[in-house]
Amino acid sequence: MNSIHPDKNGFYGEFGGAFIPEMLYPNIHELQEQYLGIINTTEFQQEFQSLLKDYVGRPTPLFYSKNLSAEFGAHIYLKREDLNHTGAHKINNTIGQILLAKRLHKKRIIAETGAGQHGVATATACALAGIDCTIFMGEIDIQRQMPNVERMKLLGAKVIPATSGSKTLKDATNEAIREWINNPVDTHYIIGSVVGPHPYPDLVARFQSVISQEIKQQLLEKTGDENPDYIIACIGGGSNAIGAFYHFIDNGKTKLIAVEAGGEGINSGKTAATIALGKKGIIHGSKTYLIQTEDGQIIEPHSISAGLDYPGIGPIHAYLHDTGKATVVNITDKEALEAAFYLSRKDGIIPALESAHALAYLKKMKFKSDDVVIVNLSGRGDKDMSTYQKFMNYEH
Amino acid sequence: MSTRIQQLFSKKKGKILSIYFTAGYPTLNDTLTIIQNLADAGVDLIEIGFPFSDPLADGPVIQQSSQKAIENGMTLKLLFEQLKNIRQQTNIPIILMGYLNPVLQFGIQNFVEKCVVVGIDGVIIPDLPVDYYEAHFKNLFKNNKLANILLITPETNSDRVQMIDALSDGFIYMVSSNSITGSENNLAHQSDYFDRINQLNLTNPTLIGFGIHDKHTFESACKNSSGAIIGSAFVKHLATYGTSRKTIFDFVKVFK
Repeated sequence: MNSIHPDKNGFYGEFGGAFIPEMLYPNIHELQEQYLGIINTTEFQQEFQSLLKDYVGRPTPLFYSKNLSAEFGAHIYLKREDLNHTGAHKINNTIGQILLAKRLHKKRIIAETGAGQHGVATATACALAGIDCTIFMGEIDIQRQMPNVERMKLLGAKVIPATSGSKTLKDATNEAIREWINNPVDTHYIIGSVVGPHPYPDLVARFQSVISQEIKQQLLEKTGDENPDYIIACIGGGSNAIGAFYHFIDNGKTKLIAVEAGGEGINSGKTAATIALGKKGIIHGSKTYLIQTEDGQIIEPHSISAGLDYPGIGPIHAYLHDTGKATVVNITDKEALEAAFYLSRKDGIIPALESAHALAYLKKMKFKSDDVVIVNLSGRGDKDMSTYQKFMNYEH
Repeated sequence: MSTRIQQLFSKKKGKILSIYFTAGYPTLNDTLTIIQNLADAGVDLIEIGFPFSDPLADGPVIQQSSQKAIENGMTLKLLFEQLKNIRQQTNIPIILMGYLNPVLQFGIQNFVEKCVVVGIDGVIIPDLPVDYYEAHFKNLFKNNKLANILLITPETNSDRVQMIDALSDGFIYMVSSNSITGSENNLAHQSDYFDRINQLNLTNPTLIGFGIHDKHTFESACKNSSGAIIGSAFVKHLATYGTSRKTIFDFVKVFK
């Protein structure tokens, strides 16, 4: 089975590592030393798999979209991560990490969130496990994703606005890391994407890899071949993308396409397209590509989608990009909105704005009629209703 | 190694006062004025922060000064330009402090060479991990006689403290508590930690930083180490009272 693992220091090629201040060393070191030993036990896997099945609602369906297939001239399947409990793929990781945190005897969870999907998924896992939960969320994201803020509160989490910098995901992550520095002993930090210091990228990738594991099995049942021609996924930090890619990397057939948030266009100055514009550097403890000035200051990104509004990209994806194992492209705010409307009306599925970026790329592809294409529909669009309403009013 | 730092610690055995400020703050060209006033006021060691947009180990005061400094136009390139004649002005030991990404974009080789040319004695890069430094940068630093000041915290176990001591030159930055900068914790709660470190009989002296903000906290730090580092409290003072000789003297004399 193909998959991807970092070296012992957490590097994928030259990317990754753990560039953390000494204050975080004991926590990160503990995780590095223990995560594989814990998550690879039969006992852990049994509890994890059982929760994924009975609590999260996995496996999620692989839906053959006749309408999209007819429109784009290929066999198009949607991996319905939007049908997970809490409405996105994020819960695959938070369930895994909460089980890990319990085994590390942590009493308290902190997390960052952009669109609020990871925050809701973390608050949900914490409620289930009976662990105290604090979520950091950028002030701007709080305004544009209010339903998720209310959900987190209903689930018993404390939501703390991040008021520094661009007041979005990057700054929520900074605040969560600072909170961890202030509370290193009893607190576990559940990072929501394949970003941050080693072992987080690998840890999160392993928990999300269930997506591609299921795709393989489902596709085999439906087509007789477990490997599709294409997998398309949106990418901010890259957790749903790595989940969908994981077991298809280097299989000699499947083309992996990661769709970044182009914002208002990659030359507009208002974008989150990291691979298109980024240079190598360090962000949130990891060496990767990031959007930055010549002097190494991180540039505040822009995307209509709060979940993709991040100036970096997971080190795994930097590596996949540099080695040509994946192709990274970008889609603008407007194209994503159009795709969200299209899927809503065409197939009766309202996608999250993040996932709409992946869908929007279908239009730009040239398929052969027998190509099998998987689009990872990472989340549902309920949280984006206010943005969609604004756009509808503008359109009509 | 870095003679100015070593000379300081060999001639002064306690109550060493080190002050941090962010280059480019409150205004872009305050750097030399602040250095001169601090040196004249009798400070022992100066730490100049070069700003980063996302300073993970810093509290709100240094975050805001960094953000303002970046808006003002401060860069590493400009800072080295401002400091190019600093050794004609003062002989006080000077340390640069900042995060790894701006250093990497500047180029690590270039950064170390520029430090040596202008007469910087050491650097503190909080998010440069000890093992990475040892594997990739140590020889460069040693060959250029530039001190890399490393941090320890209450959670750093004694074996690791000794490993850090062996890699250090100049002094060890003893972070007072589990916190980001500017958290005003009570140092009295940390006596077990300070005693544990002092019983290790380290080769390098220690300075205590994070949360040192008044005479009381400075003195309790000095009881447990060779001295203390004051950052956020001074940056806050500059924000309120400006950079004049009088206001800086007023700030420093509290600790003398």
